[in-house]
Amino acid sequence: MSILVNKNTRLLVQGITGQAGAFHSKQCKEYGTQIVGGVTPGKGGTEYEGIPIFNSVRDAVAKTQANATMIYVPAPFAADAILEAADSGIALIVCITEGIPVVDMITVKNYLRSTKSLLIGPNCPGIITPGECKIGIMPGYIHKAGKVGVVSRSGTLTYEAVHQLTTRGIGQSTCVGIGGDPVHGLSFIEVLKLFNDDPQTEAVVMIGEIGGNAEELACEYVKANMKKPVVGFIGGQTAPPGKRMGHAGAIISGGSGKASDKMKAMEKAGIKVSTSPATIGETLASCL
Amino acid sequence: MKIHEYQAKELFRRYQIPVPKGKVAFSADEAIQSAASVGPGPWVVKAQIHAGGRGKGGGVKVAKTQDELRQYAKSIFGMTLVTPQTGPEGKEVKRLLVEEGANIKSESYLAITLDRQTAQLVIMASTAGGMDIEEVAEKTPEKIFKEWVNPSLGLRDFQCRRLARSMGFEGTLAKEFTDILKKLTRLSIECDCAITEVNPLITTADGHLIALDGKINFDDNAMFRHPTYLEWVDPDEEDPSETKAKKFDLNYISLDGSIGCMVNGAGLAMATMDIIKLEGGSPANFLDVGGGATEEKVREAFKIILQDTKVKAVLVNIFGGIMKCDIIAAGIVGAARELKLTVPLVVRLEGTNVDLGKKILQESGLKILSATGMKEAAQKAVQAAGGSK
Repeated sequence: MSILVNKNTRLLVQGITGQAGAFHSKQCKEYGTQIVGGVTPGKGGTEYEGIPIFNSVRDAVAKTQANATMIYVPAPFAADAILEAADSGIALIVCITEGIPVVDMITVKNYLRSTKSLLIGPNCPGIITPGECKIGIMPGYIHKAGKVGVVSRSGTLTYEAVHQLTTRGIGQSTCVGIGGDPVHGLSFIEVLKLFNDDPQTEAVVMIGEIGGNAEELACEYVKANMKKPVVGFIGGQTAPPGKRMGHAGAIISGGSGKASDKMKAMEKAGIKVSTSPATIGETLASCL
Repeated sequence: MKIHEYQAKELFRRYQIPVPKGKVAFSADEAIQSAASVGPGPWVVKAQIHAGGRGKGGGVKVAKTQDELRQYAKSIFGMTLVTPQTGPEGKEVKRLLVEEGANIKSESYLAITLDRQTAQLVIMASTAGGMDIEEVAEKTPEKIFKEWVNPSLGLRDFQCRRLARSMGFEGTLAKEFTDILKKLTRLSIECDCAITEVNPLITTADGHLIALDGKINFDDNAMFRHPTYLEWVDPDEEDPSETKAKKFDLNYISLDGSIGCMVNGAGLAMATMDIIKLEGGSPANFLDVGGGATEEKVREAFKIILQDTKVKAVLVNIFGGIMKCDIIAAGIVGAARELKLTVPLVVRLEGTNVDLGKKILQESGLKILSATGMKEAAQKAVQAAGGSK
């Protein structure tokens, strides 16, 4: 098993005819993901790489029974794309787009609470169940099917961690990039719960970074509920306060959101903290 | 994006939030001349820099007479203002705000910002006005009152009533407070503010509320909706390297260390800084070249890193996924040749076409220290920059 996505996932791509959307759709399809349709308003009835394109998500769902979507729509229109997907009953929405205004995401998050849809991202690499389904921009080949769940706020740092695992022969059940924005979909806790309940997952790597207190909240969950070993890393141990470190959510403000506090919370919760980004794989290996 | 107090107050005025009469001046003389149009005195002369704590540093003075006004305008304009937020190097004052003096009876605090946990805007009000709110939150959290703005309901009357009562506002003051709360909330949403802060919100001796100070930071992601706000950018408040980096869609933040960094992805870039520190060195910058770095972007990134004279070595850490290592390697070689690189360069490549990339670096004839893994890369860079401290 795995969490959220597998070989039966039927994927739509919103923004499939844009540069990034087209490129990554092709990559995902080559990896083996079942892409059943694309959505670009006004281009319904055409095709891309043999994938039928529809004018709306509702049309696409009716014709293809899609249950997941991957969004590459530009930031000014991305919130609307997420809302359209949720309104059309898509179960899993993965939004790759970076740069969506906070006010828009507040509206999105509020609406999602009244639906059954789950959102991953925005501003994230996506989600992959190695060997089965890749939804996003991560390089597929660095992954290996296995027993370790990975959840992270970062993109390339996750690739780094996955690479460290794979080169040690340790495979992954599912890797989820929850995104670097302050308002986003699935949280650390929600993903950790899924890993906790997934029989295939035997250990978890959790990669956090400065800003907010999502890691601290996740630590409380881990301490009370987690049945599996968790290895943690926090990026931004040397980041200056008040500066946004690339990700919109990665900022130490008013003394809160510091890496040191998050690492302390992890240790208290029994999470094995890898102080160095180079020893994430090694630390996880010691838990198995 | 940050703006000045006088610009924040300009926005307050547009939303009819009461602020003192005032005028911005770009020289001491202009400040003196404009005082008459502001009022008969007394006046407050306020240094306009983005950092807080200006009063403590001597950047805010009350002038009772024309002579005092002249004296303060001249002493504050051009001064290097050091506050707890500017760092020891301080900030040169190039803009002044001259305002009519207010008769302060009491001070409170009001702010609207994002509560990440609930994904809603939160209004924070406190009776401990004029103070550092973080300090209040730590020492006397019972003095801070909060209301959350549900995006489908908006700010409701009962919430305003509750907040007003907690703050001790009654009668006219409660009405004025509610009015300010609603307008400030509307402003925060419509103008895409990351933070809107009024500290202090004062109660005047004759029983009215006035926003005596104002601070607004905009959500950088929403600037496409507000192109006119970009005119409010003060180049003196921006790091020139950071501004230049933005032009090439690079994410750069200058730091104090000696090892220049070029990394793809924000998370990996932060982690690279961290591992440099762990190995005993110190990063000179944060630089994320992004996922789709082209040869041109790599070259510009190098230029920006090397402009910093503190840089004694450069560390390139690329995890090539979609971005292929051979293309990055070619970009590095091109840039190193063109810029006649003199400081040691350590390159760690991993991912797609990594062997091809390493071969390009090797055959370039350039003195490039190749590394496998982040740890080795950091160690080599620290050594090349003069060893660990």
